Amino acid sequence: MKKNWPLWEIFVRSKNGLEHRHCGSLHAADEDMALENARDVYTRRNEGVSIWVVESKNITASNPENNGELFEPAQDKVYRHPTFYDLPDEVKHM
Amino acid sequence: MKENLYNYILGIADNSLILGQRLGELCGHGPTLETDIACTNISLDLFGQVRSYFQYAAKIAEDERTEDDIAMLRKEREYKNVLLVEQPNTDFAYTIGRQFLFDVYHLAFLSELEKSKDLTLSAIAKKCIKEVRYHERFSSDWVKRLGDGTEESKAKMQDAINTLWTYTDELFHQTEADKTMVNEGIGVDVTTLKDAYYKSVNDLLIEATLEVPESKYFQKGGKEGIHTEHLGYLLSDLQYMQRTYPNMEW
Amino acid sequence: MSEEQIKNLEDQFEARIARDEKIEPKDWMPEKYRKTHIRQMSQHAHSEIVGMLPEGNWITRAPSLRRKVALLAKVQDEAGHGLYLYSATETLGISRDEMYEQLHTGKAKYSSIFNYPTITWADMGAIGWLVDGAAIINQVPLCNTSYGPYARAMIRVCKEESFHQRQGYEIMIKLANGTPEQKEMAQDALNRWWWPSLMMLGPTDDVSVHTEQSMKWKLKRKSNDDLRQQFIDQTVPQADLIGLTIPDPDLKWNEEKGSYDFGEINWDEFWQVVKGHGPMNKERMKARLGAWERGEWVRDAAMAHAEKKQERKERQAV
Repeated sequence: MKKNWPLWEIFVRSKNGLEHRHCGSLHAADEDMALENARDVYTRRNEGVSIWVVESKNITASNPENNGELFEPAQDKVYRHPTFYDLPDEVKHM
Repeated sequence: MKENLYNYILGIADNSLILGQRLGELCGHGPTLETDIACTNISLDLFGQVRSYFQYAAKIAEDERTEDDIAMLRKEREYKNVLLVEQPNTDFAYTIGRQFLFDVYHLAFLSELEKSKDLTLSAIAKKCIKEVRYHERFSSDWVKRLGDGTEESKAKMQDAINTLWTYTDELFHQTEADKTMVNEGIGVDVTTLKDAYYKSVNDLLIEATLEVPESKYFQKGGKEGIHTEHLGYLLSDLQYMQRTYPNMEW
Repeated sequence: MSEEQIKNLEDQFEARIARDEKIEPKDWMPEKYRKTHIRQMSQHAHSEIVGMLPEGNWITRAPSLRRKVALLAKVQDEAGHGLYLYSATETLGISRDEMYEQLHTGKAKYSSIFNYPTITWADMGAIGWLVDGAAIINQVPLCNTSYGPYARAMIRVCKEESFHQRQGYEIMIKLANGTPEQKEMAQDALNRWWWPSLMMLGPTDDVSVHTEQSMKWKLKRKSNDDLRQQFIDQTVPQADLIGLTIPDPDLKWNEEKGSYDFGEINWDEFWQVVKGHGPMNKERMKARLGAWERGEWVRDAAMAHAEKKQERKERQAV
């Protein structure tokens, strides 16, 4: 038959309250196996409290060729950051 | 020394020891890297359990014996594991079948052991039960995959179940020593686990589109130290260093 | 694309690496970069999984339960590291199956050190101490390599491997401080693994190919000879400390250069093993291929089951 197990991307939440972070990928025949494999491969050292698995082919990624139009326009929008605004020294926290 | 308790602990621990050893043989030879890692995890869990049990046994023994002496320096007839766990890794279906048939029992057994009057055993059981719940999930999922996979895998899984079935009844056999421990409120009355065991196993086999073996002929003897021929070879590996280089520290 | 456009892209690409930017899977990259990375990363992955065999050989015979679980965990980590590295390589457009195919047909190489046999328990000590020691020297700089997925995989690998060398050295300490028989076992293992470990750091700089390119792409940070010197300088005092003797009569401290001088490495032996004629080349491949072939029906069954499950789910949805 020769059909290979598809590739899955693994996301692990390392502690309660933190977001899931991508930690790698692995092969599995289905989503249940992907979860079990992820548990065995990526949380052997007590690294996680929650796992997400997504089949790699279902991820849509931005194209690096479009990086200019996608990300550079945000670079000069300094007014989105608090340091853009002047405050009198007396106001310590805002 | 509490002779009965000592022997009882060994009986429990030997199952994990011998099964852990069998799984350890597979490390590096699994069907995929992912399954290799998973089976090694189970092996590591089992050896962890073994160490807790033997360390406790060594304390009870009140002599020079260490966990390693207990694990590696007994004679063939002194190992009390059930025959099921010493069966070889004939192929992946046998490995999974053996694991599944043991896990279902192991989980039920530990759930009872957790209620033991012996607080150390109860605490060990409590810790092990989480590990074994995962083992049971892993092996059941694989029985389903292999049973309801291809024609070839179904035939192989069925063959493994049919062969290993012979060794399931022994899980519920109670020795005289066991009875004493049950009466003291320390041991588990395994005879009470039997019906629920076969119910869960049968249900899963049916879900896996496999046939429940009808054979009524069973083998037993492991609990009394009468083993299949397979155990001797396993022990010669397990004991090799301790026998060849006696009285040394590693 | 015209040649000039490609040249332009290549210049930008090299400039990014020079600025310490990471290259990511979907970024444009020169074909040679892709090929070189597939070769080196898959070779690295293969080394991890073939490397499981010589140590796996002693799991069932480990002398104590403590040693057994440590060894099992270590060999399991190697499977994990192989897995991380295969996955990282897959981002370059090659599947794990294709990489296995290359390994099994002998097209791809793996570290030659694993073609030596592990004949006593002390070999577990020597491998952890020397082979992992040499591997760490090779691997740590790769945490900053230019290809993002490789660098990230290496960070994980290096973090996890930190216990491996200790595991081995501890075995050696125990043997060296044990009975005369144990000490002899340790010395014998050191004698057999010392030279292959030095060879593991690669041919000498004057014959090593790819070095300049690899430096630019941060696949390498130091030359083979520098790495070897670093390995020797850090390992000799560790041997002294536990009373074992490095099997090299020419080994001596050179005050002037502040490092050890050492004897001639037998490169004929190195090339013999690389070309497939080491003591265990055939057995290692047979074991890998055997596991893969015996596993085929299992992998097929899991896929068939997954498809059936999917179909059932879809039917229910209708």
